[in-house]
Amino acid sequence: MKKTALLLALLLTVSVFMAGCGGGGEEGGTTEGEATGGNTVEGTTIKIGVFEPTTGENGGGGMQEVLGVRYANEKFPTVDINGTTYDIELVEVDNQSDKAAAVTAAQSLISEGVVAVVGSYGSAVAIAAGETFAEAQVPAMGASCTNPQVTLDNDYYFRVCFLDPFQGTVMAQYALDEGYTQAAVISQNGDDYSTGLASYFKQAFEANGGTIVADETYQTNESDFNAILTSVKSSGAEVIFCPSSIATATLIIPQIAANGITAQVMAGDTWENAAIISPEAVGVVLSTFFDENDETNTVAVDFVNGFKEYLNADPQRITWNSGSDTVAAVSALGYDAYVAIYQALQALDGTDLETINSNDIRDALAGVTFDGVTGAISFDENGDAVKDTAYIKTITEESLQTSSFQFVKTQTVADL
Amino acid sequence: MTTSIFLQYCLAGISIGSIYALIAIGYTMVYGILRLINFAHGDIFMMAAYFMIFAMVDHMIPWQISMVLMILATIALGVVIEKVAYKPLRTAPRMSIMISAIGVSYLLQNLATYLFSALPKQYPSIPVLNQTIWLGDVSTSIATFITPIITIAFVILLMLLIRYTKVGMAMRAVSKDFETARLMGIKINTVISVTFAIGCFLAAVGSMLYFTPRPSVFPLAGSLPGLKCFVAAVFGGIGSIPGAVLGGFVIGLSETFIKAAGYSEFSDVFTFILLIAVLMVKPTGLFGEKLMEKV
Amino acid sequence: MSAKKKNICTIIALIALGVFLVIVEQTTTESSMMRSVLQLSAIYALAAVSMNLLNGFTGLFSLGHAGFMAIGAYVFAIITIPVSKKGNVYYLYGVNDILANVELQPVLALIIAGVVAAALAALIGAPVLRLKSDYFAIATLGFAEIVRIVVASSPLNTITNGSLGLKSIPGFGSFYFPFIVVVVCIAIIILLINSTYGRAFKAIREDEIAAEAMGINLASHKQMSFITSSFFAGISGALMAMYLGAITSTTFPITLTYNILLIVVIGGMGSVTGSIVAAFLVTFAKEWWLRFLDQEMIIGTFQVPFLRTGFRMVVFSIILMLVVLFWRKGLMGQKEFSWDGLVRTLKKIGGIFTGKNRKPSASEGGGASE
Repeated sequence: MKKTALLLALLLTVSVFMAGCGGGGEEGGTTEGEATGGNTVEGTTIKIGVFEPTTGENGGGGMQEVLGVRYANEKFPTVDINGTTYDIELVEVDNQSDKAAAVTAAQSLISEGVVAVVGSYGSAVAIAAGETFAEAQVPAMGASCTNPQVTLDNDYYFRVCFLDPFQGTVMAQYALDEGYTQAAVISQNGDDYSTGLASYFKQAFEANGGTIVADETYQTNESDFNAILTSVKSSGAEVIFCPSSIATATLIIPQIAANGITAQVMAGDTWENAAIISPEAVGVVLSTFFDENDETNTVAVDFVNGFKEYLNADPQRITWNSGSDTVAAVSALGYDAYVAIYQALQALDGTDLETINSNDIRDALAGVTFDGVTGAISFDENGDAVKDTAYIKTITEESLQTSSFQFVKTQTVADL
Repeated sequence: MTTSIFLQYCLAGISIGSIYALIAIGYTMVYGILRLINFAHGDIFMMAAYFMIFAMVDHMIPWQISMVLMILATIALGVVIEKVAYKPLRTAPRMSIMISAIGVSYLLQNLATYLFSALPKQYPSIPVLNQTIWLGDVSTSIATFITPIITIAFVILLMLLIRYTKVGMAMRAVSKDFETARLMGIKINTVISVTFAIGCFLAAVGSMLYFTPRPSVFPLAGSLPGLKCFVAAVFGGIGSIPGAVLGGFVIGLSETFIKAAGYSEFSDVFTFILLIAVLMVKPTGLFGEKLMEKV
Repeated sequence: MSAKKKNICTIIALIALGVFLVIVEQTTTESSMMRSVLQLSAIYALAAVSMNLLNGFTGLFSLGHAGFMAIGAYVFAIITIPVSKKGNVYYLYGVNDILANVELQPVLALIIAGVVAAALAALIGAPVLRLKSDYFAIATLGFAEIVRIVVASSPLNTITNGSLGLKSIPGFGSFYFPFIVVVVCIAIIILLINSTYGRAFKAIREDEIAAEAMGINLASHKQMSFITSSFFAGISGALMAMYLGAITSTTFPITLTYNILLIVVIGGMGSVTGSIVAAFLVTFAKEWWLRFLDQEMIIGTFQVPFLRTGFRMVVFSIILMLVVLFWRKGLMGQKEFSWDGLVRTLKKIGGIFTGKNRKPSASEGGGASE
């Protein structure tokens, strides 16, 4: 009993001691923070973090985004600022598609001294790490994280892609334009991307005269959809909207065919991946960020040619790119995200800065405008790329040979 | 609900249920003998799919031969796992060996991610199994249709094996009393290896039937089916083969009809509530322990 | 060593630990790796100790820990998200009227989070605890899955924000906050373990029938262990929510339970100090020391083989397997850290290690010396 009393007393003392320090320390911390604030470039190497999942649920898409960034880095390896040539070095970290790991992954980037970050595939990890980047005052450039919450209330998060509300609405608009009025929606429980997109689709579709005839949900890592699809079939839906991960896409498409469903299948940007192209997938429609075959966008043409060459140079890269040299939209976005930061660095040339601080890059980013692979890019007050066009693509018989998607049309939404 | 749609649901439920049953047998047999919940079983199922891809896609081996190679490789994997990860712990507390199983499951998932990347890989299509057939208004693939038949056939074979062969008798003896069986001269290690081999064989066959109509393999592809099959095994009374089969069908059908009723969001919740409810009423599952002979 | 000497050692170790934290606080910046890995380790330490109370000390093999952590995290998040930010958080579904103006103090919210988790444990405990070992594990695992699906389900959209998850959860404020909470919580658990209740738990672990024969009420003691464990699991979940700032239901998958279980095993089932040390070691190794394995490395012109993305987790799982297979008792077995034990170990190792080389985290459990 004596011992426990002693122990308790001790703990209390320690707690009080630490609490006391806590108050003092906090003040010290903030003043210190204001004085230094952010990471500063040391020497002639500028470090840019690549914050992507390369393992876990989103490991596949994350890796493709990394490839885009690596290619961009190979293409733009140095930058001249005020007479000095800086090497740009990528510091890659795997956030494992896991939020707890994402925070420490982000921190490991910060402590490596990166002055800007690209990433991440999957909005949930970006949201989790957003605070870390903001606290460290290091700007992050999201490539394909489409959730509105990523940049909301965060001055240090930007992104080069469009947002879920836009994408969901665009697809609803497309479905209505095509004359469909009965839609089924399939989404994943616990997945913000899938559920968010499905919700916006439902809102927009119903608001404009359509009816949602089936609203189904599946669990993470579920691979049998026969029961759900039977319900969808019996609901008489003319169109099925099922935003999901690539893994789910490759499972659900053959099952839709096997169930004899003839309704139009639609999805979001994640489906633009060579892995889903199969005879059963012919006719699938999806929205995405850019068109690989658009001859009018010279930046895109250059990128596509160069990137294919880059992929074919190493068999491992082809493996990571799901076995083909088809350019995924996320690779293009990864490239654009890197280029956005690169543009911001170039904008620092000619300023009177003695050192390059991550805060300077942040400020420069806000004013960056350039023609990217995925269209003209500039940032609004939230840090979101101003984009009003989605590219609708489909899979045709021809896609099976070329393992690429066929462009259908561009789709915009008037009232957004 | 029209009759054809009802039949379509039944078919979906029976087909998924029979796969659950096939894999659940693997859980239940190992448990019967070692009192071990083999958490890695779902991942062995996933690895079997990768073996098939490796043989058919990467090395262009015809499917008949690939299938045999895949089954052999899966059995080898299972037996090696037992020798390396479970055998040294046989005398350790039950918890240690269960934790070792969790460790193996981890290792297989991470290894698959490392070797094959996290992107889903297309499962090779086996022409015979892939045809779509129409039964009246109901459409399905041959694989879906023959799965229950194969399952039932294997279960009957397995029951005969356990009842009438020497190794089957040895298995029953070991599951009744480990120590006494050893004293009677039964080669415990062989019996355990055979048990793992049978479990893995069924997982390999199950994997082929499962992935043919759901042709996408990724490192976590085995985790949810594994969990469900495991629930099926417990539901039927872990250790009992007929129990595992019944459990598989009940879980498959009930989750299908929950989805049919429009509660797809809660189908898994229902599965787990059903499990807990059954355990409340019959703490060892439907056919637990004494009611039926175990492996 | 005399008892007095030991107590002095313990006090010195704890003060050294406090000083260490102060040094870290003073010398590192807000977002340094050191700080956050220390904080994350502390959270895992609490989760592991609370799991150990149930699995290691009472012998009830539960796999529902992630579920209780999820409840704690969600309850905490729901009642602490600042009112001004609720609009942005519940941007799609809107916020439930009852919650619209709720914003509680973190400490109060932590306790509420723990209490709600404990209440649910009490609710399911009565039936589930009747089940024997493996079946209990499975039932709790099922419960954790149910929790995960239900919090993300659409009927709760205006409360839990469904699948979209919650963000803008207030952070720790002070660097020391998680450590204070964790130290206080673990101290309470240690007091419980050393009380007559704790001895009863251990008796149940060793032999239920004998324990019952000794007059220990099995049902009520198991229930108590389960509820207490869940209470602290809830608090660790809430701390996790503070640490992350944003949660969704997928933050708490079954693999989280497995992770914590592996920490408990590495530390030693039935050792509080073991769990604490293991939590720090595992978290540091996984989040920090082993990260280089994921990077391709070229020394001169030699490309180091195997190093590429995903390799870290392979190595990590192999290390886990080796520990489970060859070091079955874990770091501490069922023993607690003690100065005598330390002296003995040091003597055994001889001159290779000196007391100074021991990781600060290792002496964290000094308070538990017996």
